[in-house]
Amino acid sequence: MPVKTMRDAINEALHQAMAADDSVFVIGEDVAGCMGSRGKPGSVGGVFGVTSGIYNKFGPLRCLDTPISESAIVGAAAGAALMGMRPVAEIMFADFIGVCMDQIVNQMGKFRYMFGGKTTCPAVIRFASGGGFSAAAQHSQSMYQVMTSFPGLKVVIPSNAYDAKGLMLQAIAEDDPVLFFEPKALYQTSCEVPAEMYTIPFGKAAIVREGDDCTVVAFGQMVGRAAAAIDALAEEGITCDLIDPRTSSPLDTASILESVEATGRLVVVDESPPRCGLTADIAALAADRAFHSLKGPIKQVCAPHSPTPFAPELEAAYLPSVEKIIAAIRATMA
Amino acid sequence: MSIPKDGLLRAYRQMKTIREFEERAHAEIMNGQIPGFTHLYTGQEANAVGVCEHLTHEDAIVSTHRGHGHCIAKGADVIGMMKELWGSSEGLCKGKGGSMHVADFSKGILGANGIVAGGPPISVGAALAARIRGNTHVAVSFSGDGSVNQGTCFEAMNMAVVLQVPAIFVIENNYYSEHTNISYAVGCDDLKARTEAFGFPVFVADGSDFFAVYEAAGKAIAHARAGHGPAGVFAEQGRYHGHFVGDPQYYRGEGELEDLRENHDCLKNFRARMASTGEVSSAELDAVDAEVMALIDKAVTEAKAAPRPTADQVELDVYINYGT
Repeated sequence: MPVKTMRDAINEALHQAMAADDSVFVIGEDVAGCMGSRGKPGSVGGVFGVTSGIYNKFGPLRCLDTPISESAIVGAAAGAALMGMRPVAEIMFADFIGVCMDQIVNQMGKFRYMFGGKTTCPAVIRFASGGGFSAAAQHSQSMYQVMTSFPGLKVVIPSNAYDAKGLMLQAIAEDDPVLFFEPKALYQTSCEVPAEMYTIPFGKAAIVREGDDCTVVAFGQMVGRAAAAIDALAEEGITCDLIDPRTSSPLDTASILESVEATGRLVVVDESPPRCGLTADIAALAADRAFHSLKGPIKQVCAPHSPTPFAPELEAAYLPSVEKIIAAIRATMA
Repeated sequence: MSIPKDGLLRAYRQMKTIREFEERAHAEIMNGQIPGFTHLYTGQEANAVGVCEHLTHEDAIVSTHRGHGHCIAKGADVIGMMKELWGSSEGLCKGKGGSMHVADFSKGILGANGIVAGGPPISVGAALAARIRGNTHVAVSFSGDGSVNQGTCFEAMNMAVVLQVPAIFVIENNYYSEHTNISYAVGCDDLKARTEAFGFPVFVADGSDFFAVYEAAGKAIAHARAGHGPAGVFAEQGRYHGHFVGDPQYYRGEGELEDLRENHDCLKNFRARMASTGEVSSAELDAVDAEVMALIDKAVTEAKAAPRPTADQVELDVYINYGT
């Protein structure tokens, strides 16, 4: 089976979805690149290269470069989706949600409900998310935990190339609006990715490790770190379930609760700040619905309540580390 | 632009329907019959009808918080709309939207919109769908003089030019963004020039004159349908009611509302024009009036008797399907 990076896996999903369905198109800043300049149109393919080759293959009407106008990009995707198209819009960095929040939350996320279920909005909005690049406070946030709190939106966070392709093809097939957060630290990570089209259902977690002593739930970039922590503890005979929900909305609560009921312990890991966050949400789920199974305190491992710092030493201290995850697992067993 | 007699009668009927829908809604709100926030379109009827008479159900409109007129003009079911204002589960949006979110997708109505200038970006997307598919459909966003200072409006106008999509920006100047006059809120002296600087033509009309709006909108829509990119329509006409029902309207000058109703009324102007050209008799217009009044009475009677939504419908239609 071919080995591909997450960047190439998502790119392949976009190419295949566009070849299979004329209503799919991509739109965003520099998704083609070099428009109106002396450079060759299509030679950028997105700042992270995820839309590489799409302009050359599908032409300017299905790979639309836009001005830096995030509200108009999301609005264009939402309006086209109301007319039955299947846009995949790129907002580049997830932090830029701040300038198009209304179009995402008040518009596309609410169309179906406030119009009485009489329409669909099958739009996908892609974002590069998360830390690890010394990109500092305005280019490092995850943002998916914020967006998870809004009903009407589905929220996807792949943790590896295989899942990224299957989840992207599922996102494009969905008739509900989907926010697709690509951890930018994982774009260059590789695994085996089938060449053919396949989908991964939303709301169905991946069980990445199986064990008896503790349940660890982690999202996106943190899944790999949680796996490393669990593998280190396995050498001491401590074994853990590792659950990667893959979508935070819908959330596979059944898999999480089933595991917590079996292990009696829970650690939740995410790179977002802690307040009103995903880790607190899942901790509350277990406290509410699996309290009597718990043998120890629930632990959350996340960033501090602080913007993301620039200096590499500071960012390394800011993001959850393998060591912090190990310490949290031990704390549930103390 | 000459309009055949059936077209004249239809346009008058649409304007009269909007007028009576709004005046009756106003009365029922004052009686405590309709919940929530309602913004009435009374006085501006010629704008919506003058534009929508050029559109088919394949063309899209995106409306505003003051959206009843746009929806009726585009063909929304009046009885379903009235039921929606009442919050009935038989309303156009099953009682989930109310006055500010009336929509009818079968008629190309992509929704009234409670966010000022929320609509223009969406209309660019609807127009983009037409451009990608290569058909001649257009998308119209209605928005008020308050919307033109929102960044989303600027973004949408520029994007429409860059992508050369058949979007028509209809700016209805009713002089007040909520309680603030346009002379204060728009910093330049020439809003038409400011808008045209985005790179598309803007056609101006007196919003109390159906024929003027019809002509201006016709030029803008023909421009977009022909593949020349976006266009704008500016229509000036005050609203007869406040920003919302219950607004004390401290901003009005003495005699302002009386002058609007007396000297700038689209229905009176329409009747006067018909009287002078003889194309439609006043008896024929009276007959339309009677039919409209009967329709509005029927709509209110049915809305009052329509079934109420039940608590089990709260979580219905958030998603098409949600997880496993």
